[in-house]
Amino acid sequence: MTAEHLTPEDRQSPDSLSPPDRESPDSLASPDRESPDSLAAAVLARLRTAFPRAGVSLRTNPGPAVQHSLLVSPADLCDVCRFLRDTPDLAFDFLSNVSGVDWPDPSKADAVAAPADEQGTPAAAAGFLEVIYHLYSTRRRIGPLVLRVRTADRLSGVQIPSVVAVFRSAEFQEREIFDLYGVEFTGHPDLRRILMWDEFQDHPMRKDYVAPDDYEYEPTPHAAVLEKAQRHYVQP
Amino acid sequence: MGIDFQLAEDMKSQGVHVTSFESLVNWGRASSLWPLQFGLACCAIEMIAATMARYDMARFGAEVFRPSPRQADLMIVAGTVTKKMAPQVVRLYNQMAEPKYVIAMGACAISGGPFKDGYNVLKGIDRFIPVDVVIPGCPPRPEALLDGLLTLRAKIAREKLLGKHRARHANPDGTAAFPVPEFGAHDLEPTANREIWNPPAIVRDAEGGEA
Repeated sequence: MTAEHLTPEDRQSPDSLSPPDRESPDSLASPDRESPDSLAAAVLARLRTAFPRAGVSLRTNPGPAVQHSLLVSPADLCDVCRFLRDTPDLAFDFLSNVSGVDWPDPSKADAVAAPADEQGTPAAAAGFLEVIYHLYSTRRRIGPLVLRVRTADRLSGVQIPSVVAVFRSAEFQEREIFDLYGVEFTGHPDLRRILMWDEFQDHPMRKDYVAPDDYEYEPTPHAAVLEKAQRHYVQP
Repeated sequence: MGIDFQLAEDMKSQGVHVTSFESLVNWGRASSLWPLQFGLACCAIEMIAATMARYDMARFGAEVFRPSPRQADLMIVAGTVTKKMAPQVVRLYNQMAEPKYVIAMGACAISGGPFKDGYNVLKGIDRFIPVDVVIPGCPPRPEALLDGLLTLRAKIAREKLLGKHRARHANPDGTAAFPVPEFGAHDLEPTANREIWNPPAIVRDAEGGEA
């Protein structure tokens, strides 16, 4: 993003909302790994003033992507999304992507987070499912802002409020996550399976899903397929 | 054939063509195959290219892609057959009138292809309907589809209408419809039609290699 793309009205906005300039040598020399002066941190400050009681926390990513995210509690998700969309100087009007993650081992979910964050959140006992939203602002040309929402567990407490009322583009993607991960989006207008058939009962993208043993295994160097073949064929 | 080849050639030079009724019927069938117009994945793009001017499938009498299974006698299974789509493909086959033929085009229609390890892909359409010609490739080029079509024409030209080895459609006891699989809780039910699909049993040793 360059200054020429911005309207005069935009230029008056605080610089902290603009994404880090990846091309300048200064930002490469001092990546914001320890002190995240990032889009997510700037938005978090706005959210804390707007919703003092909301469960929103910053998850830093020390990896090469340096893409920090905001962990939002499910109860506050719709309010946070509506605030991000309707606040004029944020104007996150485009929900680019909704994706799901299965964390059967919750200790790995925060493996890339900073140590300060790990101390603050006690690990859930039985793992959880996570839904990730990527928000962009087409008017402000900022993004992505990454929101993460976690379910209570992987068995019965898999409810997350739907954001279809805020971002209509979430409708099919939430159906896909419902289909493949089993996250139940409460308030979704049409929560049906979208890829698999309605009678299907599993959630194929979960880590503990076992695919049906329905093909003849050919010789292959892949260890995973070789393991399946040894289970498939009766030992002589 | 029952007709001396040299005698037939001599008569042909006099303007008299001698043939058998079987050859005439098979010639007619092989020369005007009407494929069912449906495609499942990227192989369908090659199938479309084969019908266009550069490859011109019309040269072999197979240009009239029919939008209804009642009017078609060739099903080109062009592409990945997902388990969600498999019952519809079998149902379309059952709705076609005899004589009917099936070309499995591409690695996916033959065996699942690159998606063989997936949970949602049928590992070959021959699990549910009888396949006459398979065309390997990913996807096969239009020339390969034309070669498969010529292979099918040769197969039709050899069909017997009478006797012990007659074709399925000439046998009053033969079946024209095959069971449509149901959607199950974890997989299609049944996973294959064992009456027409019986792969050879492979015995593996403890290391997983072929014994």
